[in-house]
Amino acid sequence: MTHYSLLTFFSSDSRLTTHDSRNLLVMLQIKNLSVSIQGKQILYDINLEIKTGEVHAIMGPNGSGKSTLATTLAGRENMEVTHGSVTYFGENLLEMPPEERARKGIFLGFQYPVEIPGVSMVNFMKTAVNEQRKYRGLPPFSAADFLKFMREKKDLVSFDSQLTNRSVNEGFSGGEKKKNEIFQMAMLEPVLAILDETDSGLDIDALRIVANGVNKLKNQNNATLVITHYQRLLDYIIPDFVHVLYDGRIVKSSGKELALILEEKGYDWIRKEYSNGAGM
Amino acid sequence: MVTSEGATEMENNQDRIIHEVTQNEYKYGFYTDIETELVPPGLNEDIIRMISGRKKEPEWLLEWRLKAFRHWQTMKMPSWAHLKIPEINYQDIIYFAAPRQKVKPESLDDVDPQLRETFDKLGIPLDEQKRLTGVAVDAVMDSVSIKTTFSETLAELGIIFCSFSDAVKNHPDLVRQYLGSVVPYTDNYFAALNSAVFSDGSFCYVPRGVRCPMELSTYFRINAANTGQFERTLLVADEESYVSYLEGCTAPMRDENQLHAAVVEIVSMRKAEVKYSTVQNWYPGDKEGKGGIYNFVTKRGMCKGDYSKISWTQVETGSAITWKYPSCILRGNNSTGEFYSVAVTNNHQQADTGTKMIHIGKNSSSTIVSKGISAGHSQNSYRGLVKVLKNATNVRNFSQCDSLLLGDKCGAHTFPYIEVENSSAVVEHEATTSKISEEQIFYCNQRGINLENAVNLIVNGYAKEVLNKLPMEFAVEAQKLLQISLEGSVG
Repeated sequence: MTHYSLLTFFSSDSRLTTHDSRNLLVMLQIKNLSVSIQGKQILYDINLEIKTGEVHAIMGPNGSGKSTLATTLAGRENMEVTHGSVTYFGENLLEMPPEERARKGIFLGFQYPVEIPGVSMVNFMKTAVNEQRKYRGLPPFSAADFLKFMREKKDLVSFDSQLTNRSVNEGFSGGEKKKNEIFQMAMLEPVLAILDETDSGLDIDALRIVANGVNKLKNQNNATLVITHYQRLLDYIIPDFVHVLYDGRIVKSSGKELALILEEKGYDWIRKEYSNGAGM
Repeated sequence: MVTSEGATEMENNQDRIIHEVTQNEYKYGFYTDIETELVPPGLNEDIIRMISGRKKEPEWLLEWRLKAFRHWQTMKMPSWAHLKIPEINYQDIIYFAAPRQKVKPESLDDVDPQLRETFDKLGIPLDEQKRLTGVAVDAVMDSVSIKTTFSETLAELGIIFCSFSDAVKNHPDLVRQYLGSVVPYTDNYFAALNSAVFSDGSFCYVPRGVRCPMELSTYFRINAANTGQFERTLLVADEESYVSYLEGCTAPMRDENQLHAAVVEIVSMRKAEVKYSTVQNWYPGDKEGKGGIYNFVTKRGMCKGDYSKISWTQVETGSAITWKYPSCILRGNNSTGEFYSVAVTNNHQQADTGTKMIHIGKNSSSTIVSKGISAGHSQNSYRGLVKVLKNATNVRNFSQCDSLLLGDKCGAHTFPYIEVENSSAVVEHEATTSKISEEQIFYCNQRGINLENAVNLIVNGYAKEVLNKLPMEFAVEAQKLLQISLEGSVG
């Protein structure tokens, strides 16, 4: 395992050395969050705290509100927050436009990455990385430096060289799109990575590549929020905490063993337990 | 990781672009207060005689103008385009306006400093030393050519590149042979009008076997008020020659509309290739649709010889109303015609633009790629004709017409006409209409790219296929122009 060398690699980044890596900081704090879409309430009273260095998994059946939570954190406009608060390193996250959240290090790996015809991956990433650098007071990359940086990241997450010359996601297979999300994550070096069903539609080899990428990017100063339907991704990305989202509510939070129980008993177990307890 | 020198340079460059993108105003809208020689407004045979006389033209040319005028009087303004054109009173227009210069400048030092300054401000320095190497410019203000750069350098290769007036004076036989040979004065209303009153423009002749080593370009500037600009360009590429030509245009901001009715004729001989690019940025009018240029232009090329080629590339961002169909008559066997277009309309602009590919020669082929972008309250139409004549065997055509809509108050329309008289022809037409999706914008936002830059990125990606056809130096300009044209159209 090359974990140690990767840590030193990351600590060369000026952004990360500002935090003391021995102390876990509260990064994201979600308090009593309720969200509606077009007047229909999807999330109820969500509470979640994520510290630096942690990996959290949110599991739940289809339609439980997992993606709504992810896109709310990323700042999509049509998510109406009706109640509650979200702070990011103590700042009110909900007031920030999505691009500012991104520049502050929040990354969303999309469940359905969109195609942008005619815009090459190189151009797209160069624009994104330089926007972020500008925000952090760093000079934009020169073309040569950028290409070098991109090559390093491509190797890091085993991303196919050919794909960066093509238009953003255009004609990519399902697996290629998901790998592209992880490649972009590597390029943007997020502080909080939210991966929305990144495992769905992946065969076992692709899943391993994606998970490897995530693990390589993990360190003491960032955090990962993995959203998944299935337990199998969590065989590769080991979470510190597992939360079960059911019917818009977090109904269970525990350590990584919860994922295994869920795998064994299925969501029916939650469904029964939840509907029994719901009457209280 | 980054050398500080390169970084600052890039930063400056970035800042400059950002500054340009965020400025809302049409940046070429200034007016040069220079003494101008005008003919009285109105249009009649005396005016035409006056224009011809002032230019000391030979008798045959005056006769040609008068024939055109008489024919024009029998014609009506075309009404088939998808445009709302307010009535134009042709007697109110001034048909000749010349910035007063004492003598025709022999060298750059003789050019009026105020005129030099005007073109400097437009980014078109007339000083050959300052000019991008590899680009020769003919600078035209109102009705006259101010200065043609690199004429001498080109002359060494036998290439004639000069103002139309000089060509009439110095190469009358060539002008007489080709003038009106592709666009006869009877062709249409605006071509007839132009033939009667045309003032200046550029002339280019590339001799047999010569590959023109630099980009040739004409920069058209309207300056005087209440005038029309009626320039004429004639390009002749002799056998096995090659030339790449670019035109750019701007005008001051005014509340009144001004008429621009130009004619461009291209002749491409056996195995010759002509690449003609336009970056059209006439004043489009203000946000409420007041003012702006009426751009009613006839552009046509004749692929006369076998294996000849003509390629049109246009980036149309300006003008209140655009009526323009750069076309190819594919007469030679195995000849090739191409049309690549990006037409942007914003606010209250209207554009009806496209092409005609007339296949006469056997094995001739044509490609049409049209990208329309509409925003604001604008209307953007593609109108194209692909015609295959009876004896033209094995013709191939591929047309792709895409429309991109920004917002829900604009319109995009496609009017393809296909007339095929030979059954061996393969004619393909593809059309798409799309909107910039909220998903695409959010995806960009999530990567740290704000709304405005996201739109620029997506629009430039959409238009890339066409922008790539422009000569390098101008592709960057064109990209920035797209950004400026769509300023404030989203959000």
